[in-house]
Amino acid sequence: MITGHLTPFLEARDTRRRVSNLVACGTLTFLSGVAIGALFLVFGYVLYRGFPAINWAFFIETPRPVGEVGGGLANAMVGSLIILLLASLLGIPWGILTGVYLSEYGRGRLGSAVRFCSDMLSSVPSIVIGLFAYALLVVPMKHFSALAGSVALAVMMVPTIARSTEELLRLVPNHIREAGLALGVPRWKVILLIVLRGNLSAILTGVMLAIARASGETAPLLFTALNSRFLSWRVDQPIASLPVQIYTYAIAPFDDWHRQAWGGALVLVVFVFSLNLLARSVIRPKMTRD
Amino acid sequence: MPDVNTDLGHLKELAQNKFRSFGKEIHKPDRNFLWFLRIVASAVIACLLSVGLFLLLKAWPALYHTGLRFLYTNTWDPVGDVYGALPVVFGTLLSSFLALILSVPLSLGIALFVSELAPRRLARFVSFTVEMLAAIPSVVYGLWGIFVLAPWLRTVVEPFLGTYFGFLPFFQGPPYGVGMLAASLILAVMITPTISSIAREIFRAVPSNYREAALALGATRWEMIRLSVLSASWSGVLGAVVLGLGRALGETMAVTMVIGNRADISLSLFSPGQSMASVIANEYVEATSDIHLAALAEVGLLLFAVTFLVNSGARLIVLRLKTKGGGR
Repeated sequence: MITGHLTPFLEARDTRRRVSNLVACGTLTFLSGVAIGALFLVFGYVLYRGFPAINWAFFIETPRPVGEVGGGLANAMVGSLIILLLASLLGIPWGILTGVYLSEYGRGRLGSAVRFCSDMLSSVPSIVIGLFAYALLVVPMKHFSALAGSVALAVMMVPTIARSTEELLRLVPNHIREAGLALGVPRWKVILLIVLRGNLSAILTGVMLAIARASGETAPLLFTALNSRFLSWRVDQPIASLPVQIYTYAIAPFDDWHRQAWGGALVLVVFVFSLNLLARSVIRPKMTRD
Repeated sequence: MPDVNTDLGHLKELAQNKFRSFGKEIHKPDRNFLWFLRIVASAVIACLLSVGLFLLLKAWPALYHTGLRFLYTNTWDPVGDVYGALPVVFGTLLSSFLALILSVPLSLGIALFVSELAPRRLARFVSFTVEMLAAIPSVVYGLWGIFVLAPWLRTVVEPFLGTYFGFLPFFQGPPYGVGMLAASLILAVMITPTISSIAREIFRAVPSNYREAALALGATRWEMIRLSVLSASWSGVLGAVVLGLGRALGETMAVTMVIGNRADISLSLFSPGQSMASVIANEYVEATSDIHLAALAEVGLLLFAVTFLVNSGARLIVLRLKTKGGGR
């Protein structure tokens, strides 16, 4: 029999195939394990070093003079919140309205131009956005300011928000718009009060992700908002922010500053993670219902 | 006949006039709304253009001063006011390519595991982990790089590589810890989420008929992946990799914190370097001379142009894939 004659060869080939399959699948599993390991290494270490640094003073005190142990990062946290608030005031309406334009009217040439520019804007390196905000606001105003930092962050938020808003509104079935129009509701009211308002919670998801991303950005703030050792509420003055403060402390040669940098990193990471988780919990039930 | 025609024409005109004014009344707010949206959306275009314009404006003194020499001279010396961008361009390219070499197998492995191998729960968990990796701010990666990665490289990895692979030019010189190797490793971790999440979507878009066909012919799982998944999606994977490259080129904070900040060209991965983004982050606030500021803006302009080209290239690849139907 021919097959009988070939059997040892076939068996050898099959073993080879089986082994290579096992090796390949094992490698893929291992690589995924590497990713999980990386997250636990980084996040775990931030927890391990950051947790001891956090106490009450950390949240309510401002930095002590160089060489003195103690103090906190209240100035940086307040500063970060002010910058984020201002950036949101500019970036969220701009981003949502751009997304509305793209989904409701953006079929023509202007639409594709806006889409292209928005994609390109989202890929501009953050440090370049910082240079832009510096040239746009810091130079004419002649000093660093929280405002300049917020504009830089807003510019980074807009493409993300616009894109996610567009994609969500595209999922709204056309008969909903038609129902509104058939009742004689003007189109702008249909768009704002029916299409947009009906999907507000999903749109907020995209907004939250954009804020989470912006809140960790350091490079655009380095030479726009700069830094400040004092608690400041003024928009037209340099202001501290958590990421910049972490950076400054990390590259300084003082142990106590390193300790506080880890504390700051923990606060920042927890803030960013919670925004992400919140955003996911909003979108998850929506997706399973569909 | 002509009578009827003029009559009809007259009627038509009448009706048109009537409805035109009628339409105007009703639609005026709509039209205003559309124009308002157009202006807001166009602001995005204006924003991108003005980024380029302002950079050009700021960089002009240096462009005028040094011209094209800027691109190929290899001295970056703020004290002597000599600015050649070659060292920082080299640093950016080297660290990005190394990061890609490390990250591409890792990201594709994760993407394949999630889309082809893992049971649903596990796949979701791995995806979630990768998303969280993407959410960690750059400055936190930098902090981790300074205090965990760099000491580990200095005391364990670099001496090991130097002892056993020291004959290669890449692994020579004293182990500093901070340097090209640290920057590339951090970058690799940071771009992995980008590449793997896009690659995952591309693998998922491969129709399941392809997989079933391969399995029905008796292929093992790995053969199925190679034959039907990878061969159907390699151009999309290329797009994902190019997008990852775009991210790596512009990544600033983490790189600044671990690359060592010395504008030298050295083949050794142990030696400190400088990238385009990191030189701006390091020197812009402290720059005093106008020509230094302008040279840094010129580096920014170059970085902007390079990432623009890379990303529009990736966009082209991905878009072409979409118009081709993606596989479905």
